[in-house]
Amino acid sequence: MKYAAGVDVGSTQTKCVIVDATGTIVARSLTDTGANVVRAAERSFDEGLTAAGLDRDAIACVVGTGYGRFKVTFGDLQITEISCHAKGACSAFPNTRTVIDMGGQDAKGIKVCDGEVLDFVMNDKCAAGTGRFLASAAEVLGVSLDDLGGLSLQGRNPVRLSTVCTVFVESDIMAYLAQGKKVPDILRGIHNAIASRTVALTRRVGIESEVTFTGGVSRNFGMVRALEERLGLTLNVSDDAHFMGAYGAAMFARERAELLTKGAVA
Amino acid sequence: MTSTVYQGELHHLQKTLMAQYYSELTASAEGNGVPAAYLLIGGNPVEILRAFDILPVYPEVNALQLAVKKQALEHIQSAEEMGYSTDNCAYVKADVGLYFAGRKTPFATIPEPSLLLCNYVGCNVYLHWFDHLAEYSKRPNFHLDIPFIRTKSGAPTKDDMTYVMRQLHDLIGVCEGITGKRLDEDRLRHAVALSSQTGALWSKIKHLTKRTPAPYDAYFDSVTMMAPLYCLRGTEQGLAFFEAALAEYDRAVVDAAGNPPRQDFRYVIEGPPPWPYLRVFRDMFARWNAVAVASTYSTVGGLWEFGFTHDPDHPLESIAEHLLRWNLTNRNFLQRYDQIAQYLEEWNADGLVIHSVKSCRLFSAGQGDMRDYFTKRGIPTLLVESDLEDPRYFSEAQMRTRIDAFFESLAHRKLTAAGQA
Repeated sequence: MKYAAGVDVGSTQTKCVIVDATGTIVARSLTDTGANVVRAAERSFDEGLTAAGLDRDAIACVVGTGYGRFKVTFGDLQITEISCHAKGACSAFPNTRTVIDMGGQDAKGIKVCDGEVLDFVMNDKCAAGTGRFLASAAEVLGVSLDDLGGLSLQGRNPVRLSTVCTVFVESDIMAYLAQGKKVPDILRGIHNAIASRTVALTRRVGIESEVTFTGGVSRNFGMVRALEERLGLTLNVSDDAHFMGAYGAAMFARERAELLTKGAVA
Repeated sequence: MTSTVYQGELHHLQKTLMAQYYSELTASAEGNGVPAAYLLIGGNPVEILRAFDILPVYPEVNALQLAVKKQALEHIQSAEEMGYSTDNCAYVKADVGLYFAGRKTPFATIPEPSLLLCNYVGCNVYLHWFDHLAEYSKRPNFHLDIPFIRTKSGAPTKDDMTYVMRQLHDLIGVCEGITGKRLDEDRLRHAVALSSQTGALWSKIKHLTKRTPAPYDAYFDSVTMMAPLYCLRGTEQGLAFFEAALAEYDRAVVDAAGNPPRQDFRYVIEGPPPWPYLRVFRDMFARWNAVAVASTYSTVGGLWEFGFTHDPDHPLESIAEHLLRWNLTNRNFLQRYDQIAQYLEEWNADGLVIHSVKSCRLFSAGQGDMRDYFTKRGIPTLLVESDLEDPRYFSEAQMRTRIDAFFESLAHRKLTAAGQA
């Protein structure tokens, strides 16, 4: 076979990963999803091809994932991001038993075995404890998303947040600022609150080591630390954690391409 | 995304019969003198009302019909404007909103009640719902106090039976007062006999989905058949409908043997459907060629498939048994677990789907534990949440992702199991 691609159309960003026949990542791309989801998927795929220096013909199979998976109009197959994050995490860390994924509007706990989903839980119709929650907090505090994690780790006396509601967090933060609390202490409190909520969510499927952390929020080192403290174990975090859904989709595409080559599927 | 056509001959018969029922409600609302009683689905003692020619009105059925027709939200919002909480049962709010909108729906004008018969007091909110309706309509409210089952066997105690029987006699007195007629015991026995035959047919229909392939969907088809089961039970029309239903599904069994429909997954489902998105929700399962082989929600009004039958020789006793023992709402959680476990095993299902209802804590509280209970026993279990009535709680993309992921994982399990065989 030639190459395979995964396109993960998330609520905030669209990611594309291209893998070769061995499953090695040869290119990745990242673009904001915006209002035109079909266009975002195409743009992400085109950028992935450009980064890999490949033509469209070189790609044997494309799998779409994420909320916009049905908008990957050029895709051969759609698979949920739950299955794809599990696949990606287990491809990067084969001993993975639990996946924690934090994206723009979802937090998920996934129990896996040999790369397959055994059980999963997600936050329900509420962005509490997700990337959007952190973004709201960052905006109120005037801190860039890239600086959030590092600043939070400077906090020595984390505040106790009474809410993880993405809407009400703003007034909570204002109240703490009015009390003279330091920004790092507020940020640490925010990270602790999200970690606590996410761990409680994931416990519903049972947490077994090794635990792999995926999704955009896994780039935030403060969140990695907060989760590790809460869980009492070290997390697997790939440099490609942000692309794990697209990577998993690409690995599914690779498997399908192999089957196509063998004539096992039509 | 394509949507599927689900309408057979039976659907048209149901439409005709329900239209007749609703025209009777409208005629009553317009003053033809036929009294109407509001009652609740859980273990509904409709036979007593039928014996007095009192029209049964189920506010829950009206509310869900409004939801299916996408007309519930305006009534929910007007109830919220009155002060009902956003967390309050959306059936209640849709009904209260409807009451103050003149009780006019696209399918009928709902008559004012002559009697409010609160036959299910296990739900504190329902109790107050009927209290409120009594206050709004200034009509009498009869609370039929049905004790929960507390025995291990699931049978009511002798005292429970005596307690409920006395209340049924009191209820008969109230009905006599409203209609000015003495109870005609032959008419009661006749209504109970019709219910007995209807229940036996319904039980046979429910057992047909033990077959592979299943001749119909025991969730989406069953829950829509709840309307004739409750609104028409105890009448000749109700019996005729279920005779036609059994005949149609018997034919479906024969047809399926010759030309088997593709059914890749068999599942059991707990909880009511999201009525405002019934078709969308159904299609989410249909695209996986998944068929429900059993559903708990279709047993809220009665558990005929587990051996219950009305007894025309002991009409009141069997009505009391129905209220106490043979309906889902009066069962405790352990009994609910047993019921689901029995479905999973005898109806040969691959997994369990729980649809939790945001605005009904009574029925939904504990479903997290239910999920854990079955997961620990190796049953693939999916818990999703939206609402049975309020469209604001339904997120199509989130729901689809969860259902797709569940079937992706089930598909893999089947593949792995086939590989090991």
